[in-house]
Amino acid sequence: MAIRQADDRLPAWQAMDSGRLLLLAAVGMMVVAAIAHTTAARVTQPQTAIAFGSVIAIGELLRLRQQGGREAAPIATAAALAYALLLRVGQLPSHPVPHIAALQVITVTAVGMTVGALPHMAAGRPAGLTGMATRLVAVACVAFAFRPIAGTEIISGAGHWWIAFIVMTVLVVIGWLAEAMIASLIRADDLGARFSVALWDEMRIQLPLGAAVGVSAMMITFAAEVMGLTGLAVFMGPLLVTQVAFRRYAGISATYLQTVRALARVTEVGGYVESGHSRRVSRLAVAVGRELGLAEADLLDLEYAALMHDIGQLALPDPIPGGATVLVSAEDQRRIAELGAEVISKAGVLDRVAELVRCQSWPSRGHDPEPPVGSRIIRAANAFDDLVGGSTDRDRAATALERLRLDTASEYDPGVIEALSEVAGKRLASRLE
Amino acid sequence: MGRVSRAAWIYIAAVVVAAASVVAPRLSGPPMGTGWWLSLGVLMLLFLICDSVPTPLAERQSAWSPSSSATLAAVVLLGPVGAALVGAVSVLGLRRKLQLAERVFNGGMSAVSGFAAGQTFVGLGGRIGLPRPDDFPPIIWPFAAAAAAHVIVNLGLMWGVLQLTRSDGPRRIQMESSVPLLLASDLGYAALGLVIAALWTVMGPFAAALVLVPLFVARWAMGQFAEQRRAYGATMEALCQAVETKDYYTRGHSERVSRGSGMIARQIGMHADRTEAIMFAGMLHDVGKLGVPTKVLQKTGPLTEEEFAAIQLHPLRGLEIVREIGFLNEALAGIMHHHEKIDGTGYPMGFAGDEIPEFARVIAVADAFDSMTSTRSYREARRMSEAIEELRRGAGSQFDPVMVEAFIAALHREGWRLPERAAAPADRQTVTAQDHDDPTAPLRVIESL
Repeated sequence: MAIRQADDRLPAWQAMDSGRLLLLAAVGMMVVAAIAHTTAARVTQPQTAIAFGSVIAIGELLRLRQQGGREAAPIATAAALAYALLLRVGQLPSHPVPHIAALQVITVTAVGMTVGALPHMAAGRPAGLTGMATRLVAVACVAFAFRPIAGTEIISGAGHWWIAFIVMTVLVVIGWLAEAMIASLIRADDLGARFSVALWDEMRIQLPLGAAVGVSAMMITFAAEVMGLTGLAVFMGPLLVTQVAFRRYAGISATYLQTVRALARVTEVGGYVESGHSRRVSRLAVAVGRELGLAEADLLDLEYAALMHDIGQLALPDPIPGGATVLVSAEDQRRIAELGAEVISKAGVLDRVAELVRCQSWPSRGHDPEPPVGSRIIRAANAFDDLVGGSTDRDRAATALERLRLDTASEYDPGVIEALSEVAGKRLASRLE
Repeated sequence: MGRVSRAAWIYIAAVVVAAASVVAPRLSGPPMGTGWWLSLGVLMLLFLICDSVPTPLAERQSAWSPSSSATLAAVVLLGPVGAALVGAVSVLGLRRKLQLAERVFNGGMSAVSGFAAGQTFVGLGGRIGLPRPDDFPPIIWPFAAAAAAHVIVNLGLMWGVLQLTRSDGPRRIQMESSVPLLLASDLGYAALGLVIAALWTVMGPFAAALVLVPLFVARWAMGQFAEQRRAYGATMEALCQAVETKDYYTRGHSERVSRGSGMIARQIGMHADRTEAIMFAGMLHDVGKLGVPTKVLQKTGPLTEEEFAAIQLHPLRGLEIVREIGFLNEALAGIMHHHEKIDGTGYPMGFAGDEIPEFARVIAVADAFDSMTSTRSYREARRMSEAIEELRRGAGSQFDPVMVEAFIAALHREGWRLPERAAAPADRQTVTAQDHDDPTAPLRVIESL
């Protein structure tokens, strides 16, 4: 996240990496081709197209931010998938399925998304092109696979709705997987995470919402046979409730993180640690954890633990000079860690975080039991920051790393130190640019 | 629901008799077909599943369940009696911890409201049975009316039983604040009832299974929200406690000021969101005190001007810490100005009267009250009556009289949990000698020459 924040300050085009550009170029070309085709041919069922396009636009307007800054537009995606899977609108199964081309689905989706994104741009928020392109790929997968077969007897014949249902389910899952793949490729690239870890995180986090969106899309499709376009309007109700639930969830998660970040600074204000120490340690620890391939849930615990790793110092009557825990005795380190863990475990909900804080004072090697990897990371990141501080001096960082390396026989985990020097090297390189 | 009074039992019995009297005569009429009973069974199952996994809302006593979608699907597919029967299975709810009275009442209430919805639907010309394409869109209107009737009868009956089983005011106020959200999600999911009915035409009872997926996802998200919120509050409290460990006598102060501020906020009818924000602000109002050197807090004699300045700046240090939290700006203002006085002699800005933000005027009262009713190193805790007297004396000069009166009223209604009597601290290092919050013992500052 830290790296993405840095990117946000750059002009959009400079922040754009090759993966993003490739995605946008490919999707852009597809959309241009789709619009050209759709305007040349006649739009089938223009009324339906307008109805679905409007819902897509509304859905895009009501975008949702999920954990880790992921963007979703559940209502828009559900409507677009439903349009791609559409059978009949308000007609009995004896009627033929209207011939809606896949390219028309893409046109309607792209136009709807763009219209929905305009207010965001007008309000000065990012247009979210990458997110829109990713979602459009999922819709395109489903549309290209389903539109050609939608009119066949086996899919749309009376009395065997379940065949259509199974085909739809498979296609929606494929579309969802495609979206998760692209999103995690971009994310892995942005954050320097491993693709396999990023994909797993993406799938885990998107699964609940993805399932709701996919099933909703199929329900809209089947309900449309009986309810016609009214179904689309009626379905907005439950979709909105779901959206509100997710928005509240995402909102409280974000506030939670902000609060811990802010309150972790009490040690700085109290003069216990150097200004910015907690935040630097947490950024460094998260980067090292990512380098080591930790999953997102573990990274969040690690971030909390790193932010609060010095909170035990509050119980000390007087601040340690300079606040550098690396310089105090092992006994004091252990006491601070224990006190900190005690404070955190009082919350009753952060037991894993408390455990990480408690074990940070243990030597990384030869201690029985072995401290968890998060604790080993915090121990190294904390030592590094105590030695280097906010300085960007290359020599100072190199000296500190050398000193930590010498201690890998007992104090620090060699794997963690290697990852740390990797991260520190990348940072210096990016600063020099 | 605690113990059930006789009046409440009579009320519950009346609801159940009403439910039975609308359902019984029709069941003795011409027998329904097997299809009708099969659909009824599936919808009952759907209702039970929805009803058995309710999501606790923020306020603990109300839980939300999407079962109205099953009842309203029954309205369309089976008619008023079917809807009443579907609602009646609420008696069997798999939720544990339900008392018999609650079960019976829930069954009766859901049956009556289902029946009312069904009658409304039929009365306005809705056709019972599998919907056909030519039913749409006209069917929307009777259906919408049925959904509204369902919600109104449901909430009305619920309100009645709450009146009979609860006497204390504050909880009722909280309950009311969650009603708009309940109404909105109820109506949103009521719409799903029509979708279930339409899907039934295409795919039969499988429609009920399909609808469970989005329902459970929404429920999952709501559950996650509730859990995160609880975790959030607990974490904040733990961190504030950590800040307080530095000062032996003020332990628990943040939590009590938070509670007191919440009491005042509810008493003056503040909106639920703002009440929540002010409780967080009350919790965090003194975090900036960490920036005050320990030796200043522990000093027994008069303070030098520099030392006094360090104390005066603590609200600003607190603001510095919490500024980045995505808070209501009001909460930040409350933290920053909680030591302003109405007559303009407070700090850090010296604001007077209405210049002082409302949140700050609320927190100031709770803050001073808790300080006076807690033990300090230089005095015993004062009695509540003395502290109230002192607040009244300060009303208009130090405190906003409106907030003082609101607090006193809330104290009479809700009571106050006094801090545990502090024994003499084991280690002298955590004792502050002067309390900057105590209006009866103002900080003494050495006049500069």
